[in-house]
Amino acid sequence: MKSLPLIFLGVFFTLAFSWTGIVLTTHIQMKDLTPATAELVNDKGEPIGGPTYLAEGETFLGSNTEGETAYPLRLVGEAQRGKKVYEQMGCLYCHSQQVRRKGFGADYERGWGSRQSVARDYIEQDRVMLGTMRTGPDLTNVGVRYSELWQFQHLYNPQITSPGSTMPPYPFLFEVQKVSEMRGPSVEAIAMPEAYQPDEGYEVVPTQRAKDLVAYLMNLNQEYELPEMKFTEE
Amino acid sequence: MSSNPSLIESLNPTADPSVDFRARLGEVDESMRKPAMLFLVSAVFWLLAGSAFAMIAAIKSTNPDFLGLTEWLTFGRVRTAHLNAMIFGWGNNVIFAVAPWIMGRLCKARIRHTNILLIAGIFWNIAVTIGIFGILRGDMVGVEWLEMPAYVTPFVIITYALVGVWVVIAFRWRQSEHVYVSQWYILAAFFWLPWLYTIAQVMLIFEPATGVVQSLTNWWFAHNVLGLWLTPIALATAYYLIPKVLGRPIHSYYLSVIGFWALALFYNWAGVHHLIGGPVPAWVISAGTVASVMMVIPVIVTAINHHLTVVGCHKEGWASPTIRFVVFGAINYTVVSLFGSAMALRGVNEVTHFTHYTVGHAHHGVYGFFTMIMFGAVYYMMPRLLFREWRNAFLIKVHWWMCGMGIILMVAALQIGGWFQGLQMNELSEDGTAVYTFLQVVENTKPWLWLRSLSGLMLVVGHFAFAINVFWMIFSPRTQDQVTQPTLLTPTTEEA
Repeated sequence: MKSLPLIFLGVFFTLAFSWTGIVLTTHIQMKDLTPATAELVNDKGEPIGGPTYLAEGETFLGSNTEGETAYPLRLVGEAQRGKKVYEQMGCLYCHSQQVRRKGFGADYERGWGSRQSVARDYIEQDRVMLGTMRTGPDLTNVGVRYSELWQFQHLYNPQITSPGSTMPPYPFLFEVQKVSEMRGPSVEAIAMPEAYQPDEGYEVVPTQRAKDLVAYLMNLNQEYELPEMKFTEE
Repeated sequence: MSSNPSLIESLNPTADPSVDFRARLGEVDESMRKPAMLFLVSAVFWLLAGSAFAMIAAIKSTNPDFLGLTEWLTFGRVRTAHLNAMIFGWGNNVIFAVAPWIMGRLCKARIRHTNILLIAGIFWNIAVTIGIFGILRGDMVGVEWLEMPAYVTPFVIITYALVGVWVVIAFRWRQSEHVYVSQWYILAAFFWLPWLYTIAQVMLIFEPATGVVQSLTNWWFAHNVLGLWLTPIALATAYYLIPKVLGRPIHSYYLSVIGFWALALFYNWAGVHHLIGGPVPAWVISAGTVASVMMVIPVIVTAINHHLTVVGCHKEGWASPTIRFVVFGAINYTVVSLFGSAMALRGVNEVTHFTHYTVGHAHHGVYGFFTMIMFGAVYYMMPRLLFREWRNAFLIKVHWWMCGMGIILMVAALQIGGWFQGLQMNELSEDGTAVYTFLQVVENTKPWLWLRSLSGLMLVVGHFAFAINVFWMIFSPRTQDQVTQPTLLTPTTEEA
């Protein structure tokens, strides 16, 4: 096989073939996805169940139900900034953000989600971080599992909430400051067991980055239904 | 060459037809000397730096408080610095040394204007240094295998383009009549990678695609860095060095054609197996699984080809450092690929996905296959570039045993531990609740991760042995008159 043009053509074709199939085709398939309410309605306002594609075309049957929220929602403000902190700390490398269906792994039984994740759940995310490792638990719905206080404690030192955890501590996202003699402890000070408390007269407060990150984590929530995916039945 | 040359003929240096051939190869070696040495020395530095990042990350995985106060070394960043240092620092530098050299030798044409390659090398290493710094500092991009910040991207593309163009130029003006399988693989790799990288940068960073199309693009790109860049270069190297050192031709031309095109067709689609069970269309997941299983074809074909070339020569091969490393790597190509095909099957994937099993698989391929073959290539190449021999055979043996045993231990620890991790994650009791709490599963992985750290230490020792030998050769005075044969690892009575 000696011909440079022939080799080039074959090499080009194989790459173009896979890109077209894996990337372009799925893009075409999913480009019309918009946020949706749990049920769609037809033009008379009657609810429709079942598939959201017309038999021949790709446009959606019906529209969203009036008065209900269409999901997914876009992140704003603190939570949006917090996502950047998540990205820059490399949280992606130990945590996934995708719930598998009941029966394929134990995602459902571990309480990680009331339903599997679908493509529509990610259309409003500027950076999709599905993740490929579960050194730590899946975080798709972590916003409904823990309180803000738990998140702050866990980030400051995972051993506080999860003894034996291998998650790294993030003390640099917090500040240890002197308790104000004038006003007393700060409202933002993180309560924690005595073994982890700083010296007498000092308190641990989150920096803006920690607050943003926790805001992001509290927003991680796919506990809403979509036309194509309802909550798993028992 | 006549078997009974006359006395006059025997005095004539040009009567031996192989002289011309060897002189041409010498010209190729001479022309590649400076750029290849720049890339090789850089590669060794990055290997050591990447190993340091790896050890820090490995220790943190069982002892998270280790260096826990330092933001720059937080696990998520130091693990990512390790990956990028190894792929872009060690991997690409060693490829930029070995691939143009093999292409030059097979084309029997010296590489010209090598100063351009030198400039590319300097740009490359500055770019990777800035990139790794950026990752540790907190500018990391949250896309796996594309984490180096955007300010580095132009340098990366320019370097790939420069080196790639040089490889194509060498091929275009080749002096050889026949075209060998290694040349196809090298050409293909240098065509594929710039496109993969550019498309990924555009669709993920400059104009991000919507939703999970990002994930599909990510894993199309990242898996193809393994399958369409590292793999073809490593195969090209094995295909060149095994026949070269053993003095036998590769077993079958036609098998190598089949292997090449089957790899090109199937490997391209395999990347979707990273998303099995994920929020992407079911048909594309199935396609990825099918392609991953079809990879068995090019893998077995290549294995047959290599095996039938080596069979019968094992004893001689064992004496050569190059053959030890290259054949180890080639055998691991077969093993890691068969494991990979299995991992794409749904039932296996249900257990292994998201676990340390996958990490073991990644190291099996990038280290057990690609890196070991590259070590073999360096052991062959450097003496021919520098007209010196390896100063210390013992250090080569330390390198061989530490890294050979180290990677086997690493893969075993991660895949046994990962398999248990996956089983425990999925195990349900009769009433449908999880048997193991998450923290229990984590606790049970720790002994295996500790073994992984131990294996990493073995690799570090091997890397130091390698680095010492490399620098010893570079800095030692010329000892050409003392050298009568290549540095071998077992005594032989015949001249190599």
